[in-house]
Amino acid sequence: MNELLLTVLTLSLLGAVLAVVLYFVAQKFKVYEDPRIDDVEKMLPGANCGGCGFAGCRAMAEALVTRDNIASLYCPVAGGEVMTSIANFLGKTAPEKAPQVATLLCGGTCQKRPKVNHYDGARSCAVVNTFYVGESGCAFGCIGYGDCVAACKFGALSLNEETGLVEVDADKCTACGACIKACPKSLFELRKKWPKNRAIYVACRSKNKGAVVTKVCKAGCIGCGKCAKVCAFEAITVDNSLAYIDSEKCKLCRKCVNECPTGAIHIINMEPLKKEPKPAPSAAAESKVETAKNE
Amino acid sequence: MQTRLFAAPSPHIHGGERTQQIMGDVILALVPALLVSTYVMGWRVLLISGVAVASCVLFEYLIQRFMLKGRTTIGDLSAVVTGLLLAFNLPAGIPWWIVVIGALVAIGIGKMTFGGLGCNPFNPALTGRIFLLIAYPVQMTDWTTHIPDGISGSTLLANVKAGAMQLSQIDYVSMLGGHMNGSMGEIGALALMLGGGYLLWRRVITWHIPVAVLGTMLLFGFCVALPEGGATLWQTPLFHLLAGGALLGAIFMATDYSTSPMTHKGMIIYGVGIGLLTMIIRLWGAYPEGMSFAIFIMNAATPLINKYCRPKRFGTKK
Amino acid sequence: MRTFPIGGIHPHDNKEWSKDKAIECLELPDEAKIPMIQHIGAPSNPLVKRGDKVLVGQLIGQSTGYVSANIHATISGTVTAVDAYPNGQGQRRLMVVIKREGDEWLPEIDRTPDHKRECTLTPSEIIDKVREAGIVGLGGAQFPTHVKLSVPEGQKAELVIINGVECEPYLTSDYRNMVERAEMLLTGTEIVMRAVGVSRAVIGVENNKPDAIAHLREVIARDKYEGIEVMPLKMRYPQGGEKQLIAAVTGRQVPPPPALPISVGAVVCNVSTAIAIYEAVQKNKPLIERVVTVTGKHLNSTHNYLARFGTPVSRLLELSGLPEGDVKLLNGGPMMGRSVVDITAPLIKGCSGITVISGEEAARGKELSCIKCAKCVSACPMGLEPYLLSKLAKMQKWDMAEEHNVVECIECGCCSYTCPSYLPLLDYIRIGKQTVMTNIRARAAANKK
Repeated sequence: MNELLLTVLTLSLLGAVLAVVLYFVAQKFKVYEDPRIDDVEKMLPGANCGGCGFAGCRAMAEALVTRDNIASLYCPVAGGEVMTSIANFLGKTAPEKAPQVATLLCGGTCQKRPKVNHYDGARSCAVVNTFYVGESGCAFGCIGYGDCVAACKFGALSLNEETGLVEVDADKCTACGACIKACPKSLFELRKKWPKNRAIYVACRSKNKGAVVTKVCKAGCIGCGKCAKVCAFEAITVDNSLAYIDSEKCKLCRKCVNECPTGAIHIINMEPLKKEPKPAPSAAAESKVETAKNE
Repeated sequence: MQTRLFAAPSPHIHGGERTQQIMGDVILALVPALLVSTYVMGWRVLLISGVAVASCVLFEYLIQRFMLKGRTTIGDLSAVVTGLLLAFNLPAGIPWWIVVIGALVAIGIGKMTFGGLGCNPFNPALTGRIFLLIAYPVQMTDWTTHIPDGISGSTLLANVKAGAMQLSQIDYVSMLGGHMNGSMGEIGALALMLGGGYLLWRRVITWHIPVAVLGTMLLFGFCVALPEGGATLWQTPLFHLLAGGALLGAIFMATDYSTSPMTHKGMIIYGVGIGLLTMIIRLWGAYPEGMSFAIFIMNAATPLINKYCRPKRFGTKK
Repeated sequence: MRTFPIGGIHPHDNKEWSKDKAIECLELPDEAKIPMIQHIGAPSNPLVKRGDKVLVGQLIGQSTGYVSANIHATISGTVTAVDAYPNGQGQRRLMVVIKREGDEWLPEIDRTPDHKRECTLTPSEIIDKVREAGIVGLGGAQFPTHVKLSVPEGQKAELVIINGVECEPYLTSDYRNMVERAEMLLTGTEIVMRAVGVSRAVIGVENNKPDAIAHLREVIARDKYEGIEVMPLKMRYPQGGEKQLIAAVTGRQVPPPPALPISVGAVVCNVSTAIAIYEAVQKNKPLIERVVTVTGKHLNSTHNYLARFGTPVSRLLELSGLPEGDVKLLNGGPMMGRSVVDITAPLIKGCSGITVISGEEAARGKELSCIKCAKCVSACPMGLEPYLLSKLAKMQKWDMAEEHNVVECIECGCCSYTCPSYLPLLDYIRIGKQTVMTNIRARAAANKK
């Protein structure tokens, strides 16, 4: 009995002493943290993807709470709605940004851009890029070993074995920008996201002259400039024998698509215009833009 | 036939050594000890070894195929080595179902939980053995069956520890040939040394770990025997070297690649640690044999040793 | 016998395929594409335009900085284009294309076969001539030689080391140079000694080339080359690495970067480079050609050619032919050579050989997982931990890779060569090294501001 009592007493005493010690240590080393940081962190998606430019969601939350002007901070994963509610919660002005989607600017499938050698090193685009142009002769095209697929935290990218190209699932893409950093050829671009994932873009980044491009790839942009001539919105520029469609200016009128002699202009989730195109941009497309904004 | 142009970063040639080859060499090096045990203890040695190997390979296949849903890598032969080593650490009379449980723990917990070959912090075969030793202490220390006449029903280490036997009563020459009791793989000292020599010759292992382990044990035994003096001066170190799993552990278990340090300096520290711990457990611990625990503990220290024993950088003094 | 202190491997040297083939002059190509970058550093500036007539040895690319090199016309004729063309790796680089008309040389170049030993130029005159001639390290690194010969202030050279190791398997161009052009090599060595102001030189040769060692010793004794010694070295790859060779010859290790070889008093120069220096200084001949080995197990024939830069690789392979099936074409040897994917690409200064690896050897083995066998750690001649660096680079942990000294990697390939799991260790380490070096430069630039 005595032993039992002694044990219980010793342990209780020990517990009490340690509790006091712990209390003082906790007081001494206490770090004040704005409780709103926790709240904001909970509102963020918690993907820790780094798409905002910070190390993780916590760092972003800290920045949102501590900075006075948060106009430049934007979480592409959460989107505008969440950013607005965070801004309201903090009593600050919300950053405004239209939704975007990552787009692969290369259309060189295995058929259009045949492989001329067999790569046998580590399965990584970055490794390929350290020493040579890649399996096709094109120095600008998709290498197809999926560094971006590995970098995407949302499963939005997949490698199509048949075409040898990476495909973007626009519904899963959060526009965090991880693929842009991962691609050694800088083939990804964040473009304006239209309703129903419609898109028109030049699927080529080759700055080579037309003759050089056609030698290695039948789907490349040769810089002929026909598309730029028909564009009514000055959305298309041709530089270094490469056409580029500015997704902010483009109204999806589809006129340029039929002009392209190599099919480098890709049209997604839309039918191309009939051979004789109508002159004006379709009013329907514009009204849809309006509804998208209102949403 | 057409010419197909290959492209890859340098280097473009390879030394030719493969993982399967290394594992094959280890298996080959274990064969002499297996033969000695079969000769001394009978056909059951082969049966138990077969069960252990088969269940290790099977568990690895099943886990990789159906739980991890990935590529199976049983072709690298590492599961065969684990199976053999597990069997070598068991008494010949052990029921077969215990062997299967040991294999499941060895592969399932010891290896696959950590990510498979090369990622395991502890030697899988030892994980299996230690689990069995704690879970089935009776069967794991039942040395009375499958032994020829004239050999005691318990191991020499246990006998000496219990005081049932004096060091001077031991015939060291017949110990070399396997005339003693113990786990299936640990009794043929000469055969184990032969296997070790083969591994050294094939450069599968380097001398650092075995020499450090055995050297430490010798030195420690010598120091312990120093106060007593006389014949024990050579009997004690020799006995500890030949008895129990000292050779099997030092040559085959401690040298396991993924659980031992990367640099030669680290290997020596690791080996000395194993030698010391083994002797401390043997002389003053509760168990008569401490090899497996010693290796297990030093396995845990390997990442730390790796951190502090970096290779010598070119152009630096240290 | 001496060798370097840590790491290294022993690949089969495969020199027997081409070592007995005497140097032959390759017939001049009808057209030469001469890249404006054949060196480490800034690309050169083309001085000619379409339609210009050029002579052999005429300057056509002006170096654009201290670390840069001049480029000369290697054949005479008309410039037909100055444009981007693919190099061996398919990357488009600025090249001057010359259509050949005869073989007209600049008059000031001494083309007589006589050997001219006496040199009375001052060190700075020698270095100027080397710079004018556009000489770069011909062992493969292509580092401008005039930079190497200019000993920085406060440092003192004590010893010239001539690199005759040729530790790369297959290659025999340096070997042929040592056997056939020993006088040129030794006089070149004397000039280098004069340029850096030392009285002693060592020619390091691996002991798999006993006849080169014997021949050099004989010529040294016969022609009384004072202060030059031939040192046989124990065969081991990568002995030809600059730091490894210095350690093998002097026993002194160059400290980690930013220290240079001169910090231990050594100036290292390749055999072919020394010969180029001789020709530039004594004969006024700029760097326009080199000895290049064409070798491989399954070729119709192997050769050691004396070929002009700009000659298409396909031309070099004309007699040897390409084997059928799987083939890997290398600019250089199998350990450090670069894959060539475009055979219309021109021969460049750093190309000591075209090695053709074919059949099963061409493809890599199947990758397994790392078993932590530490064979790469023992093989690394720089005392690094390749398994770790490779993993860190793969996981993009650049800071940790930097902590583990990834920039000290010399890309010799010993780690990948020994790995029993056939892991592409160096492939990833190389990315790590490049990224970390970029990071370091960016930091240095930021600090300056």
